[in-house]
Amino acid sequence: MKPETTHWNRQDFPEAARKELAAKPSQDAPFAHSQTRRNVRNATEIIQAKRNAVVAELPEWQDLRAAGAAIRAHTLEHLDHYLLEFEANCTRHGGHVHWAADAAEARKLVLEILAPHAPREILKIKTMTSEEIGLNACLEEHGMHPLETDLAELIIQMGRDRPSHFVVPALHKSRGQIRDLFAREMHRPELSDEPEALAAAARDYLRQKFLSTRVAISGANFLLADTGGVCIVESEGNGRMCLTLPDVLITIVGIEKVLPSFQDLEVFLQTLPRSATGERMNPYNSIWSGTPGNDGPREFHVILLDNGRSPILADDESRQTLRCIRCAACLNTCPVYHQTGGHAYDSVYAGPIGAILTPQLHSMQAAQSLPYASSLCGACYEVCPVAINIPEVLIHLRGKIVEQQQSTVAGSLSLWNIAMKSAAFLMQDGSRLHAAVHLAQAAQRPLVSRNGFIEWLPGMLNGWTKTRDLPALPAESFRDWWRRTRSANSSLQPSAEQPSEPRHD
Amino acid sequence: MTDDSRARILNRIAAALGRDSSAASSAAAASYAQIARDYRSANANSDRSIRDLFVERLHEYDAACTRVATPADLPAAIAATLAARRLATPAVASGVPREWLPEGCDFPAADSLSVHELDRVPGILTGCTVAIAETGSIVLQSGSGQGLRRHTLIPDFHLCVVLESQLVASVPLAFPRLVPDLPTTFISGPSATADIEMTRIRGVHGPRTLHVLLVAD
Repeated sequence: MKPETTHWNRQDFPEAARKELAAKPSQDAPFAHSQTRRNVRNATEIIQAKRNAVVAELPEWQDLRAAGAAIRAHTLEHLDHYLLEFEANCTRHGGHVHWAADAAEARKLVLEILAPHAPREILKIKTMTSEEIGLNACLEEHGMHPLETDLAELIIQMGRDRPSHFVVPALHKSRGQIRDLFAREMHRPELSDEPEALAAAARDYLRQKFLSTRVAISGANFLLADTGGVCIVESEGNGRMCLTLPDVLITIVGIEKVLPSFQDLEVFLQTLPRSATGERMNPYNSIWSGTPGNDGPREFHVILLDNGRSPILADDESRQTLRCIRCAACLNTCPVYHQTGGHAYDSVYAGPIGAILTPQLHSMQAAQSLPYASSLCGACYEVCPVAINIPEVLIHLRGKIVEQQQSTVAGSLSLWNIAMKSAAFLMQDGSRLHAAVHLAQAAQRPLVSRNGFIEWLPGMLNGWTKTRDLPALPAESFRDWWRRTRSANSSLQPSAEQPSEPRHD
Repeated sequence: MTDDSRARILNRIAAALGRDSSAASSAAAASYAQIARDYRSANANSDRSIRDLFVERLHEYDAACTRVATPADLPAAIAATLAARRLATPAVASGVPREWLPEGCDFPAADSLSVHELDRVPGILTGCTVAIAETGSIVLQSGSGQGLRRHTLIPDFHLCVVLESQLVASVPLAFPRLVPDLPTTFISGPSATADIEMTRIRGVHGPRTLHVLLVAD
């Protein structure tokens, strides 16, 4: 089982971030741009301010957060039970439930369901699972055109871009860039860059498609076990169009998205909108079960997608990753995401949650650099509406990656491993450390510049000083100073120097 | 394929959780009942009129609202709203009480209209199941007086009657009033997007105007 498309180019984070942070687009990073960085910072600051204001309005926020965490944790502990309950109830209401162990199976199921309808065009609602299984490319290979209907996804699709955020996928685009794109792709040279005009252009462009297209594909925010229901949270109404007008609807959803009860939405319909877009409630939430008579599609399919999720349940410490409800509050608050934007994570799931989810979806066999893409400041944990302790999981995964590397011959002989092992050897024993410090004090002399910093290191160590200076070791180490001022000899003159504050030379 | 996959996924989950796949947790119900729901005791807005709060929140999210003194005043209020907006008669959801409607207007029944006809009517008139003050939301459930989901989606103008007895303070108080199996739509203001530079823009694909008539009953 290999979820082959979650991690796009198999690019390490530091390398990808360096390209994204370059001032000009390059062949490797066509979207990297200082404009992009401004857009990302601007958008995340706006969402964060709105989120903080509407969260502060609810004195019971921490109770909601605790309940949300408890409901999601409980569901994961009984995941098979709730999936079976969902399946039974969805089927009772006329829906068809399918199970896909990996991305290839999910794509195959979609093609099989579509085959008798032979659609030329298919409406799409923003769905990360579709992105995860590479569905659009697959549909096009089979002669069908997937039409993204969420405004941001439409911008991404028309610009042949990639989403950089899973709530606001085009947040790296400014209105001017969107205007130019729409003017070209919709043949509307007169279009202004007013957001209202751009939204109206999307309305005109898609309206007839909504009224006439017979098949739609969606993701889902929640599955409800006790009613067999599906809940989709959105703003524009494109979701409602796709959920109610076509004859056939296919919903592709990760197995972890189930909730025990319809009533549990009373928690998540409060925490998700406030965390995701800083609204007390987003404009539209749709909830339905199966094929409800004349109100909606005649044929409804749910594809339950595993694709690397079930093994994550086995690890008690990182299982909490699957509580995620995809609000993206952790992206908006993350100082690393602010700098690099989403593309540097090179994954469908960017930001702090992506840094822990992506490598785990690949059984830690890919994206191993992502758990290091964090300063461990903890802001992501603070804002998480289901209290995923992301820093804890990041450290846990770093440990797993190191163990994994040490278990191979090449890894155990790597410079990094030898250096860490040597450091452990030196630090285990005072006299060894003492000798090492003295050696280093002597060895550094030719490298220390007049300001007391080392600005250049040779060989492998050069990586460190390329982007920052290293303070030189002081002439007298703390241990030497302690011995000089506190040892039996120097205790004769204790008042000469009060050693209450260690001195740094 | 899907049967094999079903068994494989269920086995993988059970194995990961360290149990036998046939023992799909009879303990789930007991453990679910123990989840703390302290948020339900919160009542932040107890000192305010929930009617005032609802109206304020509707306005904040670009919806219009008119207070109506009694149900008997509804026909006049509907006629006045349509006149002020220079709108011809909207379609009406089946099950909307006859006595709400102004005399002498021929309201087309939404049920009889195709999607293309719905695209051409000037609006839609419905009731709702429950409304939530704190979030400025109205909740519609498929059926009596609330139409099918497409009826409140395709027309560009949605006129919704909310009785004060349908208004609750918070999201958790709304849930006991809903029938879980029915197609349900929470509507909070007109269709909107924030996809362009995080500016909330009114009106993308759903109705660009939402007008609530809040009736004391």
